[in-house]
Amino acid sequence: MVNRFLALMAAGALALIPGLAGPARADQCTEEVPLPHQQWSFEGPLGTYDEATLQRGFQVYKEVCSTCHELKHLAYRDLTEIGYSDDQVKGFAAQFQVTDGPNDQGQMFQRPARPSDSFVAPFPNDQAARVANNGALPPDMSLLVKARDGGPDYVYGIATGFKDAPASCKLGANMYWNEHFPGHQIAMPPPLTADGQVTYADGTKATINQMAADVTTFLAWASEPNLNERHRMGAKVILFLLVLAGLFYAAKRRIWAKIH
Amino acid sequence: MPVTGTGRISRIVRWIDYRLPFVATLEHELNEYPTPRNLNYWWNFGSLAGIMLVIMIVSGIVLAMHYTPESTMAFDSVERIMRDVNYGWLLRYIHMNGASMFFVIVYIHIFRGLYYGSYKYPRELLWMLGVVILLLMMATAFMGYVLVWGQMSYWGATVITNLFSAIPIFGQKIVTLLWGGFTVANPTLNRFFSLHYLLPFVIVAVVGLHLIALHQHGSNNPLGIDHKGPQDSIPFHPYYTIKDLFGLTVFLLIFSVVVFFYPNFLGDPQNYIPANPLQTPPDIVPEWYFLPFYAILRSMTFNALGIPSKLVGVLLMFSSILLLFVLPWLDTSRVRSATFRPIYKKIFWLLVIDVVALGIVGAHPPAGPIVIVGQIATFYYFFHFLILIPLIGKIERPRPLPTSIGAAVLGPGAAEAAGGE
Repeated sequence: MVNRFLALMAAGALALIPGLAGPARADQCTEEVPLPHQQWSFEGPLGTYDEATLQRGFQVYKEVCSTCHELKHLAYRDLTEIGYSDDQVKGFAAQFQVTDGPNDQGQMFQRPARPSDSFVAPFPNDQAARVANNGALPPDMSLLVKARDGGPDYVYGIATGFKDAPASCKLGANMYWNEHFPGHQIAMPPPLTADGQVTYADGTKATINQMAADVTTFLAWASEPNLNERHRMGAKVILFLLVLAGLFYAAKRRIWAKIH
Repeated sequence: MPVTGTGRISRIVRWIDYRLPFVATLEHELNEYPTPRNLNYWWNFGSLAGIMLVIMIVSGIVLAMHYTPESTMAFDSVERIMRDVNYGWLLRYIHMNGASMFFVIVYIHIFRGLYYGSYKYPRELLWMLGVVILLLMMATAFMGYVLVWGQMSYWGATVITNLFSAIPIFGQKIVTLLWGGFTVANPTLNRFFSLHYLLPFVIVAVVGLHLIALHQHGSNNPLGIDHKGPQDSIPFHPYYTIKDLFGLTVFLLIFSVVVFFYPNFLGDPQNYIPANPLQTPPDIVPEWYFLPFYAILRSMTFNALGIPSKLVGVLLMFSSILLLFVLPWLDTSRVRSATFRPIYKKIFWLLVIDVVALGIVGAHPPAGPIVIVGQIATFYYFFHFLILIPLIGKIERPRPLPTSIGAAVLGPGAAEAAGGE
């Protein structure tokens, strides 16, 4: 974000110097496509996550992304924060097996996951993940939205940016063309392929754009689960400080009046 | 003024003060301490910096209770603070943005000193202690950033520690010592954590010396002329305590907007990716407060006088700060405030523009016009301090100085009356 801001300033400053126009145009195989900005409910100082969107997004994550991507900084119990009941969370966690132990026989054993467990990863380790994905490692998704330039717009852009490669660009083996991926060649096959891929519990029509926006919102929550609380507290703190600043200013005027 | 009165508290205070002059010192330094009556809001930034230091130490101590300085756990422990520690996200966002705010405050404080000539006789040591604080702050901030153990932490640490390898003969030995091994790894993280916890307390000590030096001759002021009598000064308390409190509240408003609404605006997204020694990020960029120095470091693209460009770059970067130590002797003008120095006033603003330009250059990969702009800006930085400052003091004709602060602020007649209060 700050880099983009500085880039704009620098571009402005450089444009003033004659003869130093921008860099030569890159060809279409590597050229960056600007990320379109989407409207997000959690944007801006008063933004909040919408619970229904989060639950739909979780459904997309669960049914599509979680096949390859882990969410390691989240625990099942965190799902109560997006409106699931304790029993629902317990039931969801119990579908996964975790290794525990050693028990009193000295043996490690498998047991169903509990709400206090972290999300179980789809692969036992990075090597296993690479073997299953043609050598590519699907990144952990729990910080994805905060770890990419463009944030939610980037994640949405990747989810919806799959196109046929231009005829003049040669794709590597097992690679796909994505408009918004740096360098355009991405090892991930298109995850969202058809409308209705997910059947939403709340009956919302699952278009590709809808699913992409929902899962992006869910992942934004996963990377910044305290945003709602932060924004609420921020509004109170700012209000308090405004009043305090007013009081101090009045006191200052009054005290200094004696010597002016 | 000794504590008088016959109440029980007065007697206890007198008992203590007779043995340890605690209350008497506070009274002397706050209530009786004469402060120029004309300080403007730029003089708020000294006390703001002090408060920011306390905020950083307090938030940092609590963070350290939850943080794990071990290379396989450090990143995850930060995420744990963000998610599972009560108000951990608040502490961490305060600490991480607090570092940026601290530098904003200190840079404004330094430029205020440059504009009003606060480094000149008799405040040379006060100024030099300030430069020491700046250096300590930079070391502390750099090591703190490494503790997150994200991609930019790791690769920033690699680039910056590698600078020392440019030193002839001992370079590689120094780097190995900094790393505690042959690459940035767990021992590096351990020693950086230890030092990151230590250095702030060293800063507190130097701030103490900075304050003692300040109180020796008192604050400089926007007119840059000496205190000549009682009409020129007012007690620090209540006049500047209330002014500082108002300034602090305004600052906290800005700080809160950043912490609560834009906590990651100043950070690099790359640092939310765990450190990976096998994968270099596309651009390695330091935090914004180091960008001007980073630009100076990278400005040397050619060997000079047979010295390798890397070493020259490192020397230039360090001397860009060390230069400030000798500034009181480079400046040949005896007039402090730029208000009365028509030429210096102009080159002061040129220097501000130059440093901002260096910052922009530092944020970009060194390619194309960026390189040349960086070299010109680096040249101008040194040209300002080494040529313009000594020269302008000699050729400039300063405007006439007012006879006293009181006369300038209150008008000649009123100054007499105010002196009697």
